Amino acid sequence: MSFLQYLISGISLGSVYALIALGYTMVYGIAKMLNFAHGDVIMVGAFTTYTVCSTMGLPPLLGVLAAVVLCTLLGMLIEKVAYKPLRKASSPLAVLITAIGVSYLLQNVALLIFGGNAKSFTSVLSVGSLKLFDGQLLITGETIVTILVCLVIIVVLMLFINKTKAGQAMLAVSEDKGAAQLMGINVNATIALTFAIGSALAAVAGVLLCSAYPTLTPYTGSMPGIKAFVAAVFGGIGSIPGAFIGGILLGIIEIFGKAYISSQMADTIVFAVLIIVLLFKPTGLLGKNIQEKV
Amino acid sequence: MKKMKKLLSVVVASAMVLAMAGCGNNGDGGSAGNSSAAGTGGSSASGDVFKIGGIGPLTGEAAIYGVNVRNAAQIAVDEINAAGGANGYMLELNFQDDEHDAEKAVNAYNSLKDWGAQVILGAVTSTPCIAVTEETMKDNMFQLTPSGSAVDCAKYDNNFRVCFSDPDQGAASAQYIGEHALAQKVAVIYDSSTVYSSGIYESFVKGAESQSFEIVCAEAFTADSKTDFSVQLQKAKDAGAELVFLPIYYQEASLILQQAAAADYAPLFFGVDGMDGILGVANFDTSLAEGVMLLTPFAADAQDEMTQKFVSTYVEKFGDTPNQFAADAYDGVYAIKAAIEQSGATPGMSVSDLCEAMKTGITSITLDGLTGAGITWDASGNPGKAPKAVKIEGGVYVAM
Amino acid sequence: MKKKTMSKNFRSKLITFGIVIAAYLIMQILIGTGNVSSLLKGLLVPLCIYAILAVSLNLTVGILGELSLGHAGFMCVGAFTSAFFSCCVKESGMPPALRFFLAILIGALSAGVFGILIGIPVLRLKGDYLAIVTLAFGEIIKNLVNILYVGRDENGFHVSFTNSLSLNLSDQGQVIINGAQGITGTPSDSNFTVGVLLLLVTLFIVLNLIHSRDGRAIMSIRDNTIAAESVGINVTKYKILAFAVSAALAGVAGVLYAHNLSVLSATSKNFGYNMSIMILVFVVLGGIGSTRGALVASVLLTLLPELLRGLNDYRMLIYAVVLILMMLFNWAPRCIEWREKIMHRIKGRGKETKEADV
Repeated sequence: MSFLQYLISGISLGSVYALIALGYTMVYGIAKMLNFAHGDVIMVGAFTTYTVCSTMGLPPLLGVLAAVVLCTLLGMLIEKVAYKPLRKASSPLAVLITAIGVSYLLQNVALLIFGGNAKSFTSVLSVGSLKLFDGQLLITGETIVTILVCLVIIVVLMLFINKTKAGQAMLAVSEDKGAAQLMGINVNATIALTFAIGSALAAVAGVLLCSAYPTLTPYTGSMPGIKAFVAAVFGGIGSIPGAFIGGILLGIIEIFGKAYISSQMADTIVFAVLIIVLLFKPTGLLGKNIQEKV
Repeated sequence: MKKMKKLLSVVVASAMVLAMAGCGNNGDGGSAGNSSAAGTGGSSASGDVFKIGGIGPLTGEAAIYGVNVRNAAQIAVDEINAAGGANGYMLELNFQDDEHDAEKAVNAYNSLKDWGAQVILGAVTSTPCIAVTEETMKDNMFQLTPSGSAVDCAKYDNNFRVCFSDPDQGAASAQYIGEHALAQKVAVIYDSSTVYSSGIYESFVKGAESQSFEIVCAEAFTADSKTDFSVQLQKAKDAGAELVFLPIYYQEASLILQQAAAADYAPLFFGVDGMDGILGVANFDTSLAEGVMLLTPFAADAQDEMTQKFVSTYVEKFGDTPNQFAADAYDGVYAIKAAIEQSGATPGMSVSDLCEAMKTGITSITLDGLTGAGITWDASGNPGKAPKAVKIEGGVYVAM
Repeated sequence: MKKKTMSKNFRSKLITFGIVIAAYLIMQILIGTGNVSSLLKGLLVPLCIYAILAVSLNLTVGILGELSLGHAGFMCVGAFTSAFFSCCVKESGMPPALRFFLAILIGALSAGVFGILIGIPVLRLKGDYLAIVTLAFGEIIKNLVNILYVGRDENGFHVSFTNSLSLNLSDQGQVIINGAQGITGTPSDSNFTVGVLLLLVTLFIVLNLIHSRDGRAIMSIRDNTIAAESVGINVTKYKILAFAVSAALAGVAGVLYAHNLSVLSATSKNFGYNMSIMILVFVVLGGIGSTRGALVASVLLTLLPELLRGLNDYRMLIYAVVLILMMLFNWAPRCIEWREKIMHRIKGRGKETKEADV
């Protein structure tokens, strides 16, 4: 029975990683950049909801909406100010470093506004927990909602990318920016849209992360951000279903590592599994193999 | 392109050299950010104020501890100055950020030295504090850490502390649980990546050997995975633990309480001083903490006049409830004042002479502070005070 | 033509060494005349540490062309092995100079060995996947060190991965590596002169490697792996060579770090991914591939937060803003264009800009 409970805990934790990883992978897939500030956009989203719901006392739905709107705008602003000028830089690493700068900036702004004291986040969901086998197994409402939200997002994103014009433009940009431009696609607008979607996903992830694990500090996003990045790579970065599978697997491995090997070594185990997987599948579980030509 | 870079690097390099030289020339106070020197007015020339240098994390994940110490120390300094100072001399506080990093703490200490600090209040966290003790020992500067609880934070004879040391807390907790027969089966959940938590855990295990209860499960977590505690709680539950000992800080403890409640697991929770502050977590459902016991020398909502006055001043000034660290810092500043008065020290003394005077001064004072009545210090640097056990009932601490 | 490039390389090397030596002499004179603040004096060794780290990572990122996010892990290995050694022989009466010399060798060697061990699997990967695996290795090293307990008593060494109690030490026993608390009481052997000497050695090794036959082979791998392979370059060998040298030098920086502070513990701030990323920031800001750039950027970014201490609470905020602005200034094509225009105006003549930049 405890095995099942661990599995469920792993899926709970993994679903949060998966949700964050979706945003990561979305931005990476199109813009080909590791957005290290993604975790901090999550934190901004959570703080927005916290302010709207707990400080101002407005209904949760409004809080989530406010977070999505604010993060979308923030994502576009960051892209415009910090990333766009470097898009044609001679090394892709330049924009990676600016992303780190943005990450520091967001953390420190939040620290100045909200202080370092942890806030307790009230779950935006009012669904109860599911109890099975006389309460021996417990599935929290947050887990169920997070997984559903993940699935909805995956379906919507896939439909959007494959069926709409803007989505096709994104695919084209991700394949070849130059060629896409020649075909009349507005590359800048497409990448801005990618960041807008990625940041909106981050807002949702932030709200659900803090609903499931309700402490909120300016550094709340950074470690889940890194873990989700690992999850995205695990599943094959750029692949949307890969991010989901990677996230869930990562959560399960982390919890099983804690439960059956050593609670001190949970992260060591996660990273070790990641290394082993990448050695055998160098582009992650669902990543595309790229043929290199001379 | 290349020439451009070459030129740029030469320009930057020479700018750096100039900056360094500039830094050197006005080393006396140039780099010190003096915004915190409130209460001293403009009247004091160096020589008639005691300059207290504070070190602690103001940014980064540990910022909350440093900020509490800085704010509370400032309150104490303002109060003392308003009441006529120490020995008739004003106190001045300059608090520097160490980002909870040993190297940055030494930098902070050096910049305080440039400012002219005579006494060090800090560092707030253990590892940076140990790094600073080495430096204050070399300079023979008096150092009092409010909250550096690792044994080595009071390694040299010029180091003192306000809080309990880690082994003391672990042993005291084990003793309390054993003597009051709170439980037969005890589980421990601790943070193996912090010095504080792992230190208390080890001394708790040692202390438990001579007690009647049994530690049935000891599970760790690390700074990198401190959101999900379901496994640790499940293991404690499976082992049949009636009491879970939590030698950790309140942020993680609040998550553990929430997750335990969600899993319908309701053992007795027992914390140490790091748990204090749990009721102050903004928006926290305090009913979850109902029945939690903790050994702590300070409780923000204790009813005595001194605590109430301190808490209300703090809330009014900084809009936040102070925690354990704040109380330690407040007492720390008053201990410095008392030591100065006891030894008849003057700001004109050299750093080393002042340290010698205060070293003997502090061992002969008795301080009635927020964190205990009749606190004394011995030459080892540890405070003599009794931990109080409190229980959370109806959202407030009740003495047991 | 060949002769010209040789002499140019030589001149470039001399300038780099010259900058370091000049900075050293200026600082020594300023210290001698008592013009240096304690803050700056305390920063001298860290500056050398970060400069060594930046120069060594530049070898992996700039010359080999692989993104490594685990450089701090090698620093960690160097720091802990050397500090362990120093603590063990501290009371044996070994002269401090010899002890420190051996500590440096041990730190460099162990980090180098780790570099080879990790390099063999890691370097088969590419791009961001390689980056994430180096990050994973770095985190594993940090996490393992954090739960490593080593003690010593008359029966020899005891090792545990759970807690110090399970070491079962006798009464005379002493815990040397104490888990999260790490190693306390490492002798403070590092000083500015040793730091600068090590920095010069690092520069010597790196610059000579870059301008040697091996270095050109490494750069050809960076520019086009398949083409390099097709002309008979042993790609694996050169990749691992560059990676291991880079790791060993990071280990040296770790030795300096461990012997500069009396307490050594592995946190995400000093040996985790935060530090790895910080070193990467030095390299990228300095202009990837430029040794001198890495040197200057590391000094600049280490001093910056200290010089900003006067800003109190806004310190790290301003630091982040300055970092972003510097990146834009150094890397944005528009800024580069604009800077070049200004340069043209200053120099009053046009110049060839499409020069290979190493």
